[in-house]
Amino acid sequence: MKKITNRSRVVSAVFIKDLRIEARSRVVTNQVLPFAGLIMIMFAFALDNDDVLQRVAGGLIWLATIFSLFVIVQRSFAIETDDSALDSLRVAGIDLSAVFLGKAFALTLQLIALDVVLIASAFLLYQVQVSAVGIVLLVTCVTCATTGLGFVGTLYGGLTAGANGRETLLPLLLLPVVAPVLIAATRATEAAFGSGGAATSEGWAWVGLLTIFAAVFGIGGSLAFGPLIDE
Amino acid sequence: MQNAGFIIASYTLTIGSVLLFAVVTLRRARESAKLVEDKHKPWI
Amino acid sequence: MSQTSTQTPQKVSNTGTQATRVIGALAILVTIWVVISGLVLTPADVVQGESVRIMYVHVPSAWIAYVAFIVTAITSAFYIFSKRHSLGFDRVAGASAEVGVIFMAITLITGSLWGRLTWGEFWQWDPRLTTTAFLFVTYVGYLAVRRLDGSIEQRAKRSGVIALLAVVEIPLVHFSVVFWRSLHQGATVLNPNGDVKMDDLMLFTLFSGVIGFTLVFIWLVLHRQRTMLLSDLVIERAIDNAILERQNEGVGR
Repeated sequence: MKKITNRSRVVSAVFIKDLRIEARSRVVTNQVLPFAGLIMIMFAFALDNDDVLQRVAGGLIWLATIFSLFVIVQRSFAIETDDSALDSLRVAGIDLSAVFLGKAFALTLQLIALDVVLIASAFLLYQVQVSAVGIVLLVTCVTCATTGLGFVGTLYGGLTAGANGRETLLPLLLLPVVAPVLIAATRATEAAFGSGGAATSEGWAWVGLLTIFAAVFGIGGSLAFGPLIDE
Repeated sequence: MQNAGFIIASYTLTIGSVLLFAVVTLRRARESAKLVEDKHKPWI
Repeated sequence: MSQTSTQTPQKVSNTGTQATRVIGALAILVTIWVVISGLVLTPADVVQGESVRIMYVHVPSAWIAYVAFIVTAITSAFYIFSKRHSLGFDRVAGASAEVGVIFMAITLITGSLWGRLTWGEFWQWDPRLTTTAFLFVTYVGYLAVRRLDGSIEQRAKRSGVIALLAVVEIPLVHFSVVFWRSLHQGATVLNPNGDVKMDDLMLFTLFSGVIGFTLVFIWLVLHRQRTMLLSDLVIERAIDNAILERQNEGVGR
């Protein structure tokens, strides 16, 4: 198949298209964000102890992110399969790895927005504190972790897109894969918050792991996405 | 034997589940084999 | 579907052959020997006592589970990267993963029984245990992907990619769990086999267990992948017949 247009233009076109759909439909802002906020409040009900909440805030933020990831990924591919938009892209001979990257970056950006809200709610509800160095670590950690989640989410979302029972299958497939992100992002966030006396410097090794994860699934996803979608 | 319950349970579980899988596979094989002619069975 | 079968009146050939019958008989013999030797003939361990007997089924199961997943990964890679995309590779991958999941479940359960006896707990957050549990869940997911609707080629491609991704995922999971334990808790659990002093008979029984279970594995995979071929054929044929029937309806009118 011949490439119709160059890669980076496809990537940005898909990226902008996904964000524009979100801007008009407001599914993430009106449904997923409140859902994630509710999870944070529910955790507070369940744990019912300020010290414990402060201690485990990092883990709760990332659990809420991962639960929301499932919802956003479903959404991201529902807009593609409902009108067989993916088939149209395929027939048009567009480089599918560019579609993958575009969708993954759009997903990442939505996750970053989500995490900003989640972290803000942790400050409000769980009384966590962060130092200036901690903020740098936190920003890097969120960027690396959401990039990795964006890649993995798009890859597995594409894999189950259009199949029966995908709503229940996606979490089963994704949860084991994102376990390293949960572990690493949680530890890095805890280091940034200084939970349980963790030093900020401890967090950087975990950010390294997050970067490796994002790189592996970025490459793997770009390679595998095309053949998966292409029948 | 000490802890006989645990040990017997391990052996029974191991052998039992493998046997169950084998039986299910063979029964399924028998059912589908009836519907397919021998020329489509490359192992014969 | 009944009229699709041009049934021969003579006896039907199943998935068994001379080779599988020999392998099956050997597997049964070796397994019987392992059970007798493991339960009766071998001595109890000095440190662990009788509970060491669980080792003779636990360790070979774990071995087979890992072998099965390696076979799945290799055959999936063959399917994806070979020019012909032979579905035979996909069937072996699927059959091997099914057997692997069963042996992995056996490994986890017998392991936790053994753990209860030696550590006093069913589960420890040890990197090896945790990775094994993740491996199990990953391949349960792999089997779920194989059951998604779609053509046989679609099934092969989807599950092939999942199997290859698992090869990338598992080291990442293992590494992050090792890293997690090493930062948060100094020592991991004692190696469950490390303090077992094995005499010749114990070693031989363990070794026979590995051989016997490998035979069981080969036997199961051979039969399972042949069954898969048969059921794929039956489904394909049912679809062809449905199309033919529709066409004939049109002609008859």
